[in-house]
Amino acid sequence: MNWEVVIGLETHAQLSTQSKIFSGASTAFGAAPNTQASVIDVALPGSLPVLNKGAVERAIRFGLAIGATINRRSIFARKNYFYPDLPKGYQISQFEIPVVQGGKIAIVSPTRGEIAIQLTRAHLEEDAGKSLHEDFHGMSGIDLNRAGTPLLEIVSEPEMSSADEAVAYAKALHSLVRWIDICDGNMQEGSFRCDANVSVRRPGAPLGTRREIKNLNSFRFLQQAIEYEIKWQIETLEDGGKIQQATVLFDPDSGQTRVMRLKEDAHDYRYFPDPDLLPLELSDEWLEEVQAHMPLLQEEVSGKFMNEYDLTPYQARTLTSSRELAEYFESAARDSDSKVAQLCANWISGNLSAQLNEEDLDISQSRISAVQLRGLAERIADGTISGKMAKEVFDVMWAGEGSADEIIERKGLKQISDAGAIGKIVDTVIAANAQQVADYKAGKEKAFNSLVGQVMKASQGKANPGQVNEILKKKLG
Amino acid sequence: MPLTSSDVKRIAHLARIEITEAETEHTLGQLNGIFKLIEQLQSVDTTGIEPMSHPLGGGQRLREDVAIDHPDRDAIMKNAPASQDGLFLVPRVIE
Repeated sequence: MNWEVVIGLETHAQLSTQSKIFSGASTAFGAAPNTQASVIDVALPGSLPVLNKGAVERAIRFGLAIGATINRRSIFARKNYFYPDLPKGYQISQFEIPVVQGGKIAIVSPTRGEIAIQLTRAHLEEDAGKSLHEDFHGMSGIDLNRAGTPLLEIVSEPEMSSADEAVAYAKALHSLVRWIDICDGNMQEGSFRCDANVSVRRPGAPLGTRREIKNLNSFRFLQQAIEYEIKWQIETLEDGGKIQQATVLFDPDSGQTRVMRLKEDAHDYRYFPDPDLLPLELSDEWLEEVQAHMPLLQEEVSGKFMNEYDLTPYQARTLTSSRELAEYFESAARDSDSKVAQLCANWISGNLSAQLNEEDLDISQSRISAVQLRGLAERIADGTISGKMAKEVFDVMWAGEGSADEIIERKGLKQISDAGAIGKIVDTVIAANAQQVADYKAGKEKAFNSLVGQVMKASQGKANPGQVNEILKKKLG
Repeated sequence: MPLTSSDVKRIAHLARIEITEAETEHTLGQLNGIFKLIEQLQSVDTTGIEPMSHPLGGGQRLREDVAIDHPDRDAIMKNAPASQDGLFLVPRVIE
């Protein structure tokens, strides 16, 4: 009998503000411990929170981008729990009325094709500090630099049915928050982390008991953790066991999940409205202003690429994986014909991406500018250089040696496309290789390739390979 | 909804407050008194009245996103019973 998998994701996106959500301390990553912890962040008595406009604006941008309801009035609440990296004894979050409700994210599921994942809500909250458990004479060290960093917690409906779909959703969300410039998406630094709620059931049965996998900070771990969890739950149920509601942690070394706490020990957060913060009220004017500054969204840009430059849906999706990449492509392909645009698209997603990956750079750090790449594409399109020469020009260009035209000139890479000149070389080769000519005429295709090779060699690789083929065939009759 | 003394002990534990048996009974009486008041309030018909989260009118004032606060770590650390390498030290906690 089959099992049906039900997955929902809660994602914490760290908002890219300069200052904290309730204090004026910096949010920069990597500062010396506690140098960015203000009196508010360390919760000194009498200090009071003041809400950061930039954090609210980012939440609005998110709501607009996913077509959600943006509540004109939302409430901050205290989530009470006891932990040393939370010096107030509560986290300021939103509970009953979050700033963003509903909306959806489009993903491509390997099994269900294009689907939309509905979101439940997205709310503003503050991050906690960090506990360091290395031995400080048997004590733990507390760094409150991260305390008060603004987070948007984004909660999906339980609508994903496999680890692949969960990863596709997380990637789509990751690329969206970067696209609309509300989060830097740096997963190593914890700017984007996921909790996954996983349960299994028989088709048509009520929802099974779920377990929540906490704090997954890479797509690979998200995939592995969910796959392990599904397998474990199905095996447990098939062996006659029961699933207990629990919070679990994923251990990348063993590839397994292990229980952190059971439901009985679950936190009882005793939420209540924070009396220190009045309701967050958003005016229509502000929403309109934020809307006016929104960039075109990924789907819109990708549609534009397909229309204006004849890109395939796959090419368009690849080139809109980040705004920087899309902008790079646009400045390379703008106002050029579709042949040059196609070449730009292929070179960006091919050689350029490979080179960037190899040196662990992103597109903004590319050693080849969009204008340079376009120059290369134009010389391929007009037949000046062959694909093979283009690779050589690309490498030299990457090394910082100028524009395509300069490199072609300097290296003498110009392709010979003059039919007369190629014809002469072909004549010489035919005259010098009687045996192979005879073999070809006797039906040996291999002999033809060898003759092409001879012509290319005689031209020092500069003859246009397409023309060589054509002329050679004609002359051999 | 009268509370029991085990509810009181649980609430005290969540707030990390140590509480004696005598205090438990005393607190139980007080809390149940508060619950009685709330029950009375709940008997009022509030149909059509918008729930209120704060007794004050108006909305939250917002601050521009500028990092203007440069904390003086040494001054703040003076309040801590123990510190090392710029970290606050607390009894070892691992969940």
